[in-house]
Amino acid sequence: MAAPLVKKPGHGGTPLVEMEDICISFGGVHAVDHAYVDLYPGEVVGLLGHNGAGKSTLIKILSGAYRPDSGEIRIDGKPATINSPRDARSYNIETIYQTLALADNLDAASNLFLGRELVTPFGFVNDDQMEAETRKIMSKLNPNFKKFKVPVKALSGGQRQSVAIARAVYFNARILIMDEPTAALGVHETQMVGELIQELKRQGLGIFLISHDIEDVFELCDRLTVMKNGRVVGTARTEDVTKDEVLGMIILGKCPPGAKPGPGAMAEDAEAA
Amino acid sequence: MSDATLSGSKTPTARSLVSALQLDTRLLGMIGAFVVLCIAFNIFTDGRFLTPRNIFNLTIQTVSVAIMATGMVFIIVTRHIDLSVGSLLATVAAVMAVMQTQVLPTTLGLGLGNPSIWIIALVVGLVVGAVIGAFQGWMVGYLGIPAFIVTLGGLLVWRNAAWFITDGQTIGPLDETFAMMGGAGGTLGETWSWIIGLVAVAASIWLLLSARRRRAAHGFPVKPVWAEVTMAVIISAAILGFVAVLNAADIPTQRLQRMFAAQGQTMPEGLVMGYGIPISVLLLIIVAIAMTIVARRTRFGRYVFATGGNPDAAELSGINTRLLTVKVFALMGGLCALSAAVASARLGFSTNDIGTLDELRVIAAAVIGGTALSGGIGTIYGAILGALIMQSLQSGMAMVGVDAPLQSIVVGIVLVLAVLVDILYRKRTGD
Ligand SMILES: Nc1ncnc2c1ncn2[C@@H]1O[C@H](COP(=O)(O)OP(=O)(O)OP(=O)(O)O)[C@@H](O)[C@H]1O
Ligand SMILES: [Mg+2]
Repeated sequence: MAAPLVKKPGHGGTPLVEMEDICISFGGVHAVDHAYVDLYPGEVVGLLGHNGAGKSTLIKILSGAYRPDSGEIRIDGKPATINSPRDARSYNIETIYQTLALADNLDAASNLFLGRELVTPFGFVNDDQMEAETRKIMSKLNPNFKKFKVPVKALSGGQRQSVAIARAVYFNARILIMDEPTAALGVHETQMVGELIQELKRQGLGIFLISHDIEDVFELCDRLTVMKNGRVVGTARTEDVTKDEVLGMIILGKCPPGAKPGPGAMAEDAEAA
Repeated sequence: MSDATLSGSKTPTARSLVSALQLDTRLLGMIGAFVVLCIAFNIFTDGRFLTPRNIFNLTIQTVSVAIMATGMVFIIVTRHIDLSVGSLLATVAAVMAVMQTQVLPTTLGLGLGNPSIWIIALVVGLVVGAVIGAFQGWMVGYLGIPAFIVTLGGLLVWRNAAWFITDGQTIGPLDETFAMMGGAGGTLGETWSWIIGLVAVAASIWLLLSARRRRAAHGFPVKPVWAEVTMAVIISAAILGFVAVLNAADIPTQRLQRMFAAQGQTMPEGLVMGYGIPISVLLLIIVAIAMTIVARRTRFGRYVFATGGNPDAAELSGINTRLLTVKVFALMGGLCALSAAVASARLGFSTNDIGTLDELRVIAAAVIGGTALSGGIGTIYGAILGALIMQSLQSGMAMVGVDAPLQSIVVGIVLVLAVLVDILYRKRTGD
């Protein structure tokens, strides 16, 4: 597949990802309720909302962990069937989960290649090759990383994070989902993740970034979508809204004039009343 | 995957020798405990415990449980348990016994003693074992019934299914070739044992060399040459020492006479012949090597450990953990069948109570061998060593003259203590 052209986000063209009218409920709880989000190549879209707003659930549908009750996912404008994490990977969707999703008892290389091991001509896993590749990518992402032979359980939060990020980056993702990638990180590591996001964006990836840090979101994201109680409050270009307005979207569900309202936006008359 | 991953990491305080050799301190500890145990029994039995003859017997007695313990490692690593292995062994033993004494010779008309009987019976047994295992795995993986319950049911079902297959009777004598899988009745003799020992030494050295070359080719750090040579010497000495001991176990004169008589010859006066490696022990060694390769060098093995370490992560990485469960239980069933062959061949017939309480011995062996019930951690060699320790404990106490009830009490206490030591060890190493 040809590398997508880097285009100015939000200016027409085919979206890399469109998730339309997505619904999913868990035993009566509408975790995601008629949600719409889209993403263009070379664009970072922030997903915001209070705890339990449905952000993780929405992106887990895109990464194949959950199957939606209804709705449609389109990749490059074409309807996509994503029933499993494997399907998502075949569309070059890579995910860094909030919970990191690492097997603690395995080392960095085994985790990086989990489910996609490099094998020898006889079909045996090629640990040396995988370690070499891991060392290569880690020297770019986190040059201080040295613990290649120990279970990731023995790594710090930041080191684990870099393993999870390396896994997403290594396999030529076109669509990258980052669910609170900096939640466990120190200032320095957070900055490194920020730089990485900028770099990947320049390479033309589309990135969904879930974050509670509004400063980060304003620094890194081209657009943002706010969710509340499973519904989209609104979507806006970062330059069209202020931080206070976004906070209003998150807390009150109030959609400012610079944003396109969604089904979760507080009704005008309710506001007036 | 690093060695540390499978076997627990090295102690940070380990002295330079141990760290240079990159030895697994946990394994060293177990070997140490085993050696102390053997020496203690040897003292209490006035030197009868560590005779070649007794060591030979010990290895034979260990095989059946040890083979199943390698499969139990995978089961426990994936956070399951299999309580049905002893009963499954009984059912498969009954099937194989009926096959080789009734179905094949009479119903299918091959005639008793037909050379193909042992292999057909064995293959049928393996298939039956694997299918039953897969069925139990399907109930665990796809129906979501806890493995504890499924296999607790299996424990009752298969023990008594065996009873129906044999009408509650002891079936035998088994096919003569088949019976050679049992132990003393089928050994390689001194010459072949040496040949196998030398091949094993050569293979080990080649493995060490090629691993070193591979690491060097990637520019990874390698062990110092002296450490590598020391390892090679230790391994070679262990292999050849093992063969020497088994070769030193002399076949009793009466048995030798019978063997010569069977071939229509008379035994030369004063002839002494060693048993050498029993076929059953060779079988265990092959299983151990195969299972170690599966654990460390195949995708399946990698997924077993990944699923045990973090089932969600495994699922999100695209691993079909349900199918994996079926495969792991099927493998366990197949290994039960192999153990059934060894156990019934050792007796010469299939009895109703064959394999009774084996599930406990097998689980204990795996756990003493360092398999963590919380999942994700365990080694094949650990489980085999665990089985050997259990068997030594039991035989040793019997030789010393400890009463049977007290034997069981001691084994029970040792099991709990072993797990406690393991927990303390892991805490200390932060593993
Ligand atoms: N597997 C599940 N089973 C049942 N309910 C679930 C499940 N996953 C999520 N939920 C519910 O769905 C809602 C949305 O959860 P989600 O994890 O998507 O929130 P979030 O926006 O990611 O929150 P946070 O910022 O805390 O990560 C919550 O009410 C949660 O309790
Ligand atoms: Mg979340």
